[in-house]
Amino acid sequence: MNALTNPPGILPGAVFAAGGLMDMAALLPVLILLSSLLPGLVIFLVKEESRALRATLNLFGAIFKLMLVGMMIWGVWHGRVYEARLPVVPGLELVLHADALSVLFVTLSTLLWLIATIYAIGYLENSPNRSRFFGFYSLCVSATMGIALAGNLMTFVLFYEILTLATFPLVAHRGTAKALRGAKLYLAYTMSGGALVVIGTIWLHVVAGPIDFVERGVLSGLPAARHGQLIAIFAVLITGLGVKAALVPLHGWLPIAMVAPAPVSALLHAVAVVKAGAFGILRVIYDVYGVEFAASLGLLAALSVVAAATILWGSIKALSENGLKRRLAYSTVSQVSYIALGASIVGPIATIGGMVHLVHQGIMKITLFLCAGNYAETLGIHDVSEMDGVGRRMPWTTLAFSVGALGMIGFPPIAGFVTKWYLGLGAVTAGAYWVLLVLALSTLLNAAYFLPILYRAWFLPTPGTWPQEHDHGGRFETMPALLWPPVFTALLSILAGLFAGAPFSPLEWATLIAKREYGL
Amino acid sequence: MDELLILAVALPILGATLTTALPRWALAVGLLAALVTSATGLAVTAAVWWQGPLHLAVGGWEAPLGVALRADGLTAALLAMINLVALGISIYASGYFRASGKLVHFWPLWLLLWASLNGAFMSADLFNIYVTLEVMGLSAASLGALGGSRAAVVANLRYLLVGLLGSMTYLLGVALVYTAYGTLELHLLAERITAGPQGAAALVLVTAGLALKAALFPLHFWLPPAHSAAPAPVSAALSALVVKAAFYLILRLWLGPFAAVTTTSAAVVLGLLGAGGVVWGSWRALRAERLKLLAAYSTVAQVGYLFLFLPMLAVTPAGPGRASLTAGLALMALSHGFAKAGLFLAAGQLQQYAGHDRINDLGPAAREHPASTFAVALAGVALVGLPPSGTFFGKWLLISNAFATGQWWWVVVVLLGTLLAASYTFRVLSRAFSTERVPRQAPTDLRTELPALVLTATAVVLLLFLARPLWTLLGLDADAALPGLAGGWR
Repeated sequence: MNALTNPPGILPGAVFAAGGLMDMAALLPVLILLSSLLPGLVIFLVKEESRALRATLNLFGAIFKLMLVGMMIWGVWHGRVYEARLPVVPGLELVLHADALSVLFVTLSTLLWLIATIYAIGYLENSPNRSRFFGFYSLCVSATMGIALAGNLMTFVLFYEILTLATFPLVAHRGTAKALRGAKLYLAYTMSGGALVVIGTIWLHVVAGPIDFVERGVLSGLPAARHGQLIAIFAVLITGLGVKAALVPLHGWLPIAMVAPAPVSALLHAVAVVKAGAFGILRVIYDVYGVEFAASLGLLAALSVVAAATILWGSIKALSENGLKRRLAYSTVSQVSYIALGASIVGPIATIGGMVHLVHQGIMKITLFLCAGNYAETLGIHDVSEMDGVGRRMPWTTLAFSVGALGMIGFPPIAGFVTKWYLGLGAVTAGAYWVLLVLALSTLLNAAYFLPILYRAWFLPTPGTWPQEHDHGGRFETMPALLWPPVFTALLSILAGLFAGAPFSPLEWATLIAKREYGL
Repeated sequence: MDELLILAVALPILGATLTTALPRWALAVGLLAALVTSATGLAVTAAVWWQGPLHLAVGGWEAPLGVALRADGLTAALLAMINLVALGISIYASGYFRASGKLVHFWPLWLLLWASLNGAFMSADLFNIYVTLEVMGLSAASLGALGGSRAAVVANLRYLLVGLLGSMTYLLGVALVYTAYGTLELHLLAERITAGPQGAAALVLVTAGLALKAALFPLHFWLPPAHSAAPAPVSAALSALVVKAAFYLILRLWLGPFAAVTTTSAAVVLGLLGAGGVVWGSWRALRAERLKLLAAYSTVAQVGYLFLFLPMLAVTPAGPGRASLTAGLALMALSHGFAKAGLFLAAGQLQQYAGHDRINDLGPAAREHPASTFAVALAGVALVGLPPSGTFFGKWLLISNAFATGQWWWVVVVLLGTLLAASYTFRVLSRAFSTERVPRQAPTDLRTELPALVLTATAVVLLLFLARPLWTLLGLDADAALPGLAGGWR
């Protein structure tokens, strides 16, 4: 029995038998999952009018989760192992396991979920079907927690598919023909990608047996005769994951899924979906194949080319988009691939750059999307060309937007600069000088599609009327629930850059991961 | 405990008699009979779990003379599903038929069908099986025509004739077996049948007859009209249970008495037909304009998946690989049973609310009745094979065995079927987001909404936790790992 649940020699550190769920070490990851799942299920039953009850459930879940995550950060920092196992059939286990990389993603998602939830409560103030919306919103975050905490590929895949399911109703939420078309396309892309990930996972399971995620990977011990299959499996897995990670040419769903309400865009771009794809790529490279082994198979060189192409292509497409959200969507396509690029360069410094961008891109992009939502909700602005002089009408929002945009370009001391610094340094250390060229080009392109927006917003004269101004009656430029979340995340983006060297900063945490991944 | 076996058949027959004799008490007697029967069915499962396989020679007459019943792990697992689903259908039907006053006709036929189902799964000889098949076919077709519409009568008359053709073909095979080997008892036959023309001919006839009843592509033509025209609770029983009984018998006979005659190439033929069913059924489901027709075509596809296991079973020797195939097959069959029954029940519910089941116009009804819509969604999750449904793990085991046995082309079939299933499922679900005005508020009925929800939730959530006990129930080696390449690295 024990030999079954705990494959010998695969798990480092303490291992908890299936029955030991009462153990705190096993309980914590499960609780983190349930802290959004249970409120979410209850929210489905909440009457449409019960605003206060729904908000209480939402915020209770989010804050409780944040506390649990705090405990987990502390524990993982001190080398604790949190793990829960549920055998499904012999050889197939659901494993929740918190390592440093999980904690990075869990923390990011939990924090941004709290912010996005506050924002969403304000944003959806008077729209229909809110219980359905927040129910699925919570399910999404629960699925993301599962993805982050998954201890093996099967568990990852399980939650990865549930994420697809739970996001579909959010993209379709408005129910217009356009929303339904967007949702359908989203589903077509992510279902096909998901199916590939499932098949790759099963194939790997057959070739390598049941394997858990282990720092530094586990496949390098396989005989050379199976390397051909391993290469094919890697291609299948990365193609599948590349759909959610929006690798070119699999990115087509992302700009179209923009029809969803702003809090959903935040979820897709910063908190959950795109991140889930990028996170999966990190898991496969670092904790299944092992970065050195993957490089020795020639897999990373191929991936780095795809990532670089995505970075440039996304930026080029963003240049010509007039729709603000669509421009931001293409910017996501480009920026998320920094993560894949960092992962495809061997060396701890590039790894740090890729890992830390998981967080940095998240806080900067959520700022941008929430600001875009504010413009749309307050003034009816949807296009870049309508943004003339908006900085005077909505200074706080525009300030937050500017921080996000400058961060994306890579201005110090905003978080994006730290990413680019580490990626560049990592590339030089690894001798991949061409990456510098990609970074430079991408920075130029980023500036070319962000700076004109800032110029318009701050320096062009304000038009007489806004496309569709809503009077919210407060003393701020817009509703407080809409205003403060992006301002807060903009502040976070600055702090993450400014105090990059402080303990528990994203950079320090990424460094911890890199140390463990390279056994330093 | 062995007496439980006969009770599981006798009690519903008794119930059928009583509901006929006491039409005024039909509802109470019928529900009571349903409750007692399903309790007995579950008791059989429990008894097998605690004691291992059961065997009963009715009246003390051993084979080859008497009527023998038998229940092993696979029987027990499926019996549990059959009896739980049947109980759900019974509760639903008591609400569904309330207004139309058809309950009086429903109960006797339905309990008879239930008895034949329990009997078919437990029969230990070929002739017994024939009798249960006949009873099943007659009661199923009559139930299907209960709606009384012209389309329903025509479709179910055809269903009846096809069923008769199937059982006659089967009977011909049985006669051949009896002349050649002098017994019909399954265990004795397993010892006596050897490879040869007689055995092969019998196998072909028996299989063809059952395949017709199991709606194996291209013999599925009768299923979609019959299942979609029947009243919802009956469709649920036909699609989730009756079809499965026919497949179960094929599996039993192939792995048991006819094991010596079956060949890998024969299994591959069935696998290919199954693949045809997966693709064609899913495609037609995608094109279907009515929800119940979609559900019916999806049954054709789901039965196809079950047949995909045969070519792999044929080349996998006893051991961990075979264990995982058996478990995967059982998981697929169980989750389809729960999910499809729930889907038909929920579809019937929406149909009653909306007055029709045209998918494109279901939006308002779907939005107004979230419980039924949610049941459809859960059923969809299981039909597509998304996690955490039982189908997901069933397909997982199917695919991993396809890789392990080198038959990777089945993976392509599964992939195609899965994507098509996702398309037809979400085609329905996306209607629930439409913004069309809701015309009127129809009252919801807990009796009809709860069974659909419970059954589909079982398929999606509960089976995840039941997969391991199922493994034990099937008597599979718990320490066996999953199949890997020879000399798999750990």
